[in-house]
Amino acid sequence: MPEVLIRKKLISVEEIFHEGGAPVAKPLRRAAALVVIHNPYARNYVETIEGFMDDLKPLGLEMAKSLVAALGGDPKAIEGYGKGAIVGAAGEVEHGALWHAPGGYAMREVLGGAKAIVASTKKVGGPGTRLDVPITHINASYVRSHFDAMEVGISDAPRADEIVLALVMTTGSRVHARVGGLKASEIKGEDGLR
Amino acid sequence: MSPDAPTASLRAKIRKIVTFVEETRTEMGKTVNPPTRRAAAVAVIDNPFAGQFVEDLSDLMAIGEELGELLTQKAVAALGIAGPSAESYGKAAAVGENGEIEHAAAILHPKLGTPVRRVLGKGAALIPSSKKRGGLGVVLDIPLGHKDAAFVRSHFDGMEVRINDAPRPNEIMVAIAVTDSGRPLPRVGGLTKDQIKGEDGLR
Repeated sequence: MPEVLIRKKLISVEEIFHEGGAPVAKPLRRAAALVVIHNPYARNYVETIEGFMDDLKPLGLEMAKSLVAALGGDPKAIEGYGKGAIVGAAGEVEHGALWHAPGGYAMREVLGGAKAIVASTKKVGGPGTRLDVPITHINASYVRSHFDAMEVGISDAPRADEIVLALVMTTGSRVHARVGGLKASEIKGEDGLR
Repeated sequence: MSPDAPTASLRAKIRKIVTFVEETRTEMGKTVNPPTRRAAAVAVIDNPFAGQFVEDLSDLMAIGEELGELLTQKAVAALGIAGPSAESYGKAAAVGENGEIEHAAAILHPKLGTPVRRVLGKGAALIPSSKKRGGLGVVLDIPLGHKDAAFVRSHFDGMEVRINDAPRPNEIMVAIAVTDSGRPLPRVGGLTKDQIKGEDGLR
């Protein structure tokens, strides 16, 4: 199977104190880990690509751990997550889909078995492409206060034969959440939905 | 002020702070060893003078002083290094559409540099800077230069930052970038860091 070749990494952390309302006692923190890798399948149609998912597992774990560290080091503080990929011009969107399993399972493992599906998005694009990575609660997809998204991107990536892999974690709800719906305190935690 | 200190006591009304850490491991297939690393810390603050002409900008100068310390601490902490290990630096600001470019100048130039240099131990060189006015998601290119000798050619660089929801019309984005290295594979000659005399901030 192809080797995972990393060109660069970017970690960004947002601390949000308010958004026009009263500053919150505990600022919301959101972090994104982006890694630019070589796309081993660029420029040709390759039929069998599944094996690369296993190759990406160690990188997924490393990224998930780096996010927990960037948010203070305590996995229990993480309440929301999401993932995404941007495939360079010489690749296909299916190559971005290779990230679903290794990215998602890595975060669940590091967070001690989070139950909700990891929200995701992906696209093909040039250097500087921005990706709005969707975010939901880690244990119950329907928690309305935690529906969020974080815009990510890197000015010089992805080049044509690269892929930008993204994982995102947050420490709480939107900073002034007040549109009702299921609350984090009401999670049953059985099916990953409610 | 520690990087995790509460911000309520500050003069600046901060909506958010974003940090970025970039690590480059290869370039054109060639390994960068050790990887080059750079960090930027960006605060999004209220512009107290948005929408009006105010002659005396000293409040913004004071805000620059406190952000100089806070953002440099954040950037150094994000790199995981001691301040004196930093090699290059830069600063920049983007003013929302209801402010003027002079507001960026008031934050960046009179008082911001002293606390930056205090956190980094030294800093004989001018802190390169850029400023602009723009809307939400505007791209800010922070120029970078060696902190002790502006002519070190391997460290001439720039770091792009942007925040999709800032600056709003009545806000200002203030950014400080710090590195522990120069460009990934420098090879255009000029003064090198081992030749720094460090007396005049230039060479």
